[in-house]
Amino acid sequence: MYQPMKNNVVLATRSLEKYFHDPVRFKVLDDISFEIHTGEFVTIVGKSGSGKSTLLYCLSTMDTNYSGELYIQQQKVTGQKPDTLAQIRNQSIGFVFQFHYLLPEFSCLKNVMIPALKLGRLSYPEIEAKAYDKLRMLGIADQALKDASKLSGGQQQRVAIARALINDPAIVMGDEPTGNLDSKNTAIVLDMFRQLSEEFGQTIVAVTHDNDFAKASQRTIEMADGRIVQVLNN
Amino acid sequence: MKLSVNYQIALTHILTRKKQTLVAALGVTVGIALYIFSNSIVVGVSTYSKKSLFKSAPHIRIYSEDQLSLPLATSKHPQQIPVLINPQFANRSRLILNSEELAKDIASLDFVEQVAPYVKVDLFLKNGKTQVKGVADGIVVAEADAMFNIAGTLLAGSVQPISYAPNAIVIGKGIAEKLNLRLNDQVTVVSSEGVSRRLKVVGIFSTDTKDLDDSKAYMNIGTAQKLLRESPSEITDLYVKVRNPDSAGYFSTQIQQYTTYKVEDWQTSNAEQLAQNKMLGTMTPLISFSILLVAAFGIYNIINMTISQKMNDIAILKANGFNAGDIIKIFVSESLIMGSAGTLAGLLIGTILVTLLRNVYIGPPVGYFPVQLDGDLLISGSVFGMLVSVGAGYFPARKAGKVDPVTIFRK
Repeated sequence: MYQPMKNNVVLATRSLEKYFHDPVRFKVLDDISFEIHTGEFVTIVGKSGSGKSTLLYCLSTMDTNYSGELYIQQQKVTGQKPDTLAQIRNQSIGFVFQFHYLLPEFSCLKNVMIPALKLGRLSYPEIEAKAYDKLRMLGIADQALKDASKLSGGQQQRVAIARALINDPAIVMGDEPTGNLDSKNTAIVLDMFRQLSEEFGQTIVAVTHDNDFAKASQRTIEMADGRIVQVLNN
Repeated sequence: MKLSVNYQIALTHILTRKKQTLVAALGVTVGIALYIFSNSIVVGVSTYSKKSLFKSAPHIRIYSEDQLSLPLATSKHPQQIPVLINPQFANRSRLILNSEELAKDIASLDFVEQVAPYVKVDLFLKNGKTQVKGVADGIVVAEADAMFNIAGTLLAGSVQPISYAPNAIVIGKGIAEKLNLRLNDQVTVVSSEGVSRRLKVVGIFSTDTKDLDDSKAYMNIGTAQKLLRESPSEITDLYVKVRNPDSAGYFSTQIQQYTTYKVEDWQTSNAEQLAQNKMLGTMTPLISFSILLVAAFGIYNIINMTISQKMNDIAILKANGFNAGDIIKIFVSESLIMGSAGTLAGLLIGTILVTLLRNVYIGPPVGYFPVQLDGDLLISGSVFGMLVSVGAGYFPARKAGKVDPVTIFRK
């Protein structure tokens, strides 16, 4: 049933359902409905196989093979053409993955710039300046001109966060952003997310295993067997 | 405006794998160079053979063809078939009647450059006891010279005396050697009609074509008419030079509408030689095309390999908002860069090879190797090279465009 959304709802789902067909038909998401408001820092937790990553991929518009409805910034995203979805991702969503996933042949600066170059709203020097700003904010401006592959894991993840922020997205999505980092870098990245949320009012949705990470968020959605089993306001 | 981001990414991919790029581009280089080289040879050789053809043969020749005698009685009913017993060639003569009118009509056509009257006589040339069989062209010097540049082939003497001296003859080098004739010597000619004349050698020519040098002679058109026992206004052939020899076939059908005499274009009279040129012209591009195809597979392979190594990158780009079209553009640009670098080098190397070959001396009668490199060939070479590389890049690129980022991230 459709209910009008409040203006500050940036991401909403209505009865998301999804099946895996291989090896057997299996319901991986079951009646997922929630809303995320502007400026909220939300984590999705749950055991392996609870469907939390699958949910994130559906939210990210990369996985379109589900039933139910997905809204981003009040706009219905479900059923849009792939090119429109790509544009939505470019403009409104920033990604941080577990395995940093930078383009290895490019400098850190260029990695950060690429989504903005794709968006094409600013001139090249403006984008460059903006990318430097983001890198400075994350404390790695001195590494800007190095090849991405030359950086440590923690540094790479910070570059990835800078990249996620370059287009001032409505939502930053994280898929286990600290999952592959040592405790020191985990603490740094966690601080980054907290800072983004508190100081800049950045909306964040992240899937995580990490209890500290979950505790740092304002709201935690816990999933099991494809359903939301608990919502905690921290 | 800087380069588009897709192109920047493509360029970075290329620059970080220079060696593979080079190998892929080299394939195209060899293909294009060979394409340029072999086609230059084909064009050069066929131009050469055409040129040597036109040394003595006209674009279009009009003559009186031998005709079979007609049946005496025509059939009155469709079922009746007239039977001709003892058929014979029944020409009154080999002459073209009313030739001046006809020449004027043809000369007025806008595709015709020049019309020259000819009287052809089969004859024997004798000096003492030696004799040589030959063919003499009775010519109007100014016109024949303009058509075939007879003066340019002369080894000794001049062609001009023919225009005013009825006893002047210009003979081929071969005839002069066999009959041991020199300039200003006398030679006896006996025509097929049995008319004999004593003529003075005023010129000796050499055309690089042995057949011609051994049998051809030029004389005043009036002298030739006398050797045929004909009146001064009768001729046997009209030679027509047209503006575009390659369309001679079409022009000859146009001219045929003005006359009942046989109008024959050079393509028809030299069908055999043209067929050889045609075979060469068909085969050579096919060979270079197959080489280009191999080059295309080289590019295909490298783009394919790049893509399978860059699955992660593709997934990241897609997550960051690049759509399938962008991904295709990236990889097609890469193959286009390889292709255009290869094509450019191929054009260069092809041109160098052609230049080298042009300086290879074959010896007479050909002289230097006949090659001809036209601008058209360079253009078609570049178009081919680009098309092939875009094609080779497109198919793997399309596959890359379809990559589902989620399946990559799940691994």
